[in-house]
Amino acid sequence: MSIFRFFSKQSSAPTARERLQVLLAHERASVGQSDLVAVLREEILAVIAKHVQVDRDRVSVKMDRGEHVTTLEVDIEIPITAGVRAA
Amino acid sequence: MAKVVVVTSGKGGVGKTTSTAALGAALAQRNEKTVVVDFDVGLRNLDLVMGAERRVVYDLVNVIQGDAKLTQAMIRDKRLETLFLLPASQTRDKDALTPEGVERVMDELKKHFDWIICDSPAGIERGATLAMRHADVAVVVTNPEVSSVRDSDRIIGLLDAKTERAERGERVEKHLLLTRYDAVRAERGDMLKVDDVLEILSIPLIGIVPESADVLKASNLGAPVTLADSRSAPAIAYLDAARRLAGETLPITIPGEKRGFLGKIFGRRAA
Ligand SMILES: Nc1ncnc2c1ncn2[C@@H]1O[C@H](COP(=O)(O)OP(=O)(O)OP(=O)(O)O)[C@@H](O)[C@H]1O
Ligand SMILES: [Mg+2]
Repeated sequence: MSIFRFFSKQSSAPTARERLQVLLAHERASVGQSDLVAVLREEILAVIAKHVQVDRDRVSVKMDRGEHVTTLEVDIEIPITAGVRAA
Repeated sequence: MAKVVVVTSGKGGVGKTTSTAALGAALAQRNEKTVVVDFDVGLRNLDLVMGAERRVVYDLVNVIQGDAKLTQAMIRDKRLETLFLLPASQTRDKDALTPEGVERVMDELKKHFDWIICDSPAGIERGATLAMRHADVAVVVTNPEVSSVRDSDRIIGLLDAKTERAERGERVEKHLLLTRYDAVRAERGDMLKVDDVLEILSIPLIGIVPESADVLKASNLGAPVTLADSRSAPAIAYLDAARRLAGETLPITIPGEKRGFLGKIFGRRAA
């Protein structure tokens, strides 16, 4: 075993505590009513689908649940040739 | 060719999720494209152990129900670009997993991955049988303790009866992974010995993972133990087990008695 490992024993519990606080804050908020971010995600996709033909394979949705804010990143590839649907 | 591995045990809390994450990361570290799939619908935890809990957007049930594409639901590991997670859903009930849906997901995963590691829920119900359904290989996680050994025996029976391979008249390759092994208690005679467990279950041993605080520490940090500290005793055990899974032959070492700092520096006593 490395000596480095022996001397680098900083505690991991504070990290665990912080991760859990963030996670549980989000999970508790989403019990009962459905998850706001999930609702936004679906509605954003629905609105876009109304106007352009989106290929579900070309959509990437990323989320990062932070302590104070969640970022929702919806990345949609719209081909130049995609016809604008009649309103 | 993709290999489907189920990590299963019957009994709860023996180390399936820990082992799925550690073996998955170890295989990915060998540069083989690996996905770990959480079948514990309603009680997902693999995302936490992998440190991806903040990034879950879609889950296995979303994919099965057609709400999301597989590529959208998979989360790429931030440390290893060959490692992916397919999370379980936290909110739906277990009936959302359908045999047809699971089959579709498995067929698609097989096209893209070298290894598909399925983290089974405890028990012998739907989630557990679906997790093992498509397995080529089973890692039976067992603690050296009577109820765990009994439940493993039960699971071995299911692997020989309820899997696709069994139904085709083929065999699922079964391996025993002994976890939470405490050398001190084994030496005192308070714990089943490795040979006892092997004799009772009679499937080949793929590794012995010692009881270790490094496992808790890794889960606190949200890293598979093989990534959190690859020099720790449990990491070494998992890295070796992954090499055996990949077909290498190497001798199994029984974790020695707890050694202090000097013991660590001067290494193992001669056997
Ligand atoms: N080798 C080990 N040394 C010490 N603790 C361990 C070890 N392996 C697992 N644990 C701990 O045991 C607990 C259960 O582990 P884990 O969640 O991996 O089990 P599981 O079989 O997936 O449980 P479940 O049946 O609930 O899904 C966790 O707290 C984990 O940190
Ligand atoms: Mg588990």
